[in-house]
Amino acid sequence: MAEATPELLTTADGRPLKEALASAQARAKRRAFLLVLPLLLFVLLTFLIPIIYMLKRSVEHDGFSASAPLLVAWFNANPDFDPANPPEEAFAALVQDLGKMQADKNTGMAGARINYSVPGSISLFKAGARAAKDMKPPYKEALLALDPEWGKPVLWLGMQSASGNFTTEFYKVAADRKLTADGWARGDDKQRIYLYLFFKTFLVSGLITFICLLLAFPVAHLLAVLPMAKSSLLMILVLLPFWTSLLVRTTSWIALLQEQGIVNDLMVGLGLITDDGRLTMMYNLTGTIVAMSHVLLPFMILPLYSVMRVIPPSYARAARSLGATSWTTFRRVYLPQTLPGIAAGSLLVFILAVGYYITPALVGGADGQLISNLISFHMTKSNWSLAAAIAAMLLAAILALYWVYDRLIGIDRLKLG
Amino acid sequence: MKKILILSTALSSLAFAAQADVTVMSWGGAYGEAQTEAHVKPWMAATGNGAVMLDSDNPAPAVKAMVEAGNVTVDVASLEIADAIRLCDEGVLEPIDAASLPAGADGTPAADDFLAGAITECGVSTDIWSNVFAYDTTKFPEAPTTAADYFDLDKFPGKRGLRKGAKAVLEFALMGDGVPAAEVYAVLSTPEGVDRAFAKLDTIKDSVVWWEAGAQAPQLLADGEVTMTTAYNGRIFAAAVNEGKPFQIVWDGQVYENEMYAVPKGAPNKDLAMEFIAYATSTEGLRAQAQQISYGPARKSSMKEELIFKDGKTVMAPHLPTAPENLGNALESSSAFWVDHDSELNERFQAWLAQ
Repeated sequence: MAEATPELLTTADGRPLKEALASAQARAKRRAFLLVLPLLLFVLLTFLIPIIYMLKRSVEHDGFSASAPLLVAWFNANPDFDPANPPEEAFAALVQDLGKMQADKNTGMAGARINYSVPGSISLFKAGARAAKDMKPPYKEALLALDPEWGKPVLWLGMQSASGNFTTEFYKVAADRKLTADGWARGDDKQRIYLYLFFKTFLVSGLITFICLLLAFPVAHLLAVLPMAKSSLLMILVLLPFWTSLLVRTTSWIALLQEQGIVNDLMVGLGLITDDGRLTMMYNLTGTIVAMSHVLLPFMILPLYSVMRVIPPSYARAARSLGATSWTTFRRVYLPQTLPGIAAGSLLVFILAVGYYITPALVGGADGQLISNLISFHMTKSNWSLAAAIAAMLLAAILALYWVYDRLIGIDRLKLG
Repeated sequence: MKKILILSTALSSLAFAAQADVTVMSWGGAYGEAQTEAHVKPWMAATGNGAVMLDSDNPAPAVKAMVEAGNVTVDVASLEIADAIRLCDEGVLEPIDAASLPAGADGTPAADDFLAGAITECGVSTDIWSNVFAYDTTKFPEAPTTAADYFDLDKFPGKRGLRKGAKAVLEFALMGDGVPAAEVYAVLSTPEGVDRAFAKLDTIKDSVVWWEAGAQAPQLLADGEVTMTTAYNGRIFAAAVNEGKPFQIVWDGQVYENEMYAVPKGAPNKDLAMEFIAYATSTEGLRAQAQQISYGPARKSSMKEELIFKDGKTVMAPHLPTAPENLGNALESSSAFWVDHDSELNERFQAWLAQ
């Protein structure tokens, strides 16, 4: 023990050990990164970029601003004009822009953009654009003579609102607000639908998740404790529907549950109900919940099973031998160990259910519609910005729920398999 | 970056490989099959050019997405007329030169031979299809004959099938309420008219089974779930003639419209696509399609000689929406109205459904 000064450890070639270790680790890290690089690029290309593009679309639309430069300039110069009585110079700019739209063949884009907040504008713009080149000053009288709709204050507010490339209009519409002569206001009760459907979608998805959990828990437990030969057989029964087409499963439920379907026929045959008293179990919310729960059940069973399979049975036996009742054993020993599976399955089923649209479209009937059915409607009807806005709100709600979930349960406890 | 380059090269070479053929995108099912048999196959045989049929559940959003992404792989698309007009206005479709369309087989110039409204700036009609209602003949001793009968639950008891959407349903409700076809859109353009249509729908709301996919309507009727349903006329025809089902179409209150061929902007084989459309919408092309499926040809000359269904015995004329005896109380769907009011009325419709 002559010297206590610590000597720097080195490798065989004389480099400090710490440095050599760091460089070796960096190399390993680089190699690992290269391995995940394809996945990273894939996720970037097929997931992140489309989502960013969708978010951009929900706030950006230059259909009107790009095709009506003079009017846009006028709106920028006169932000506080009186929409009830716009001056001649505004009409003059509008007529010139309409003439230009006719020449550039983009009247439809401009009209469609205004039509999003002021229904009826597409025809108005097309008729206006056709007549614009023959119009003489004063333009205000000329345009109003063509169609008095051109003097409507709400139209001018709509055009002003559309005069920028960016807008929050689509989010307002998705929040059930409507453009009126006094600006954006709460929509007519006869037309309010989006917020109601948002609320309902989350409620129904929650209910479906709960039903799936109740049904899947015993099944997964059985699968986990049975001997391999039997559990494999049962597993096939779980997986077979999982591999079957979604449409086939949905239509099978229709055949089973409709009023002239197998279940009703059976009950009438057994004398449980009369022929006139057949139960309505399809084409309503009940049908949607039954069919969706069945379709999503495997997504709950599989994570639960993978967690339950590795829980040692000796824990439960130990609890029983220490005097716990079977209920206490389940509640205090078994259930807590299955939590990661419950959490994973619930999250999976809930998120899938929120975005479901084929099943509700086919079996939903009058009260089984979900928000995704409206997203699909606006996609097919060319209002992609509104579809993007609704989808973005859905995404935000899911992320918020995810955050709450992380806070309550912790995302690191998630176990998918 | 390199990966993206490789990827895009691979993708574009795929696109090149497909460039030899005209790609037609249609609705699949019996309809797509009819167009394959009537247009695609004869065109390949007649010209030696290749052609491929693609199925889609609605070609319109697919075409718009392709044009916006600048990666158009479809040369000809089959679109509803409202979509053909809207996409044309948005600059998504190529204009079609109406003068280039061939004259009818009897020598009538194309402009006179086609029915009014069958040629638009960017589209040429392939057929006229209709929203009708049909019933099960075994269910009623006395046959329903008018749109009003559809809404009469006392005289004709039983559930009703109805398409889940505002378009054609609101018009049908107004005609069932006694509005003459010629005044339907004038009434529907007023808030009171819209209220009136929904009030009529309210009278049957509890008895309605809503359908969304075209195949559901004849299925509901066949299962006995409903005694009457609105449907696309071709679907009922197929079930009645091909499968011998006891279904009868009531043409009173029908809402018909054109279905168009159009060329997306930037189509890889634009010139060939125009030739294909001229061929497919000729007198013979339209005749051939109308012998495959019960949608009316849009040329007068195609109906000069009797049309016989592909089974060799069914005379088509009484099954077509355009037959004179079926046009007694019929309404041509207004694409101008629906381009303006689709979103607005659909929101109202969905809210009404949810009440």
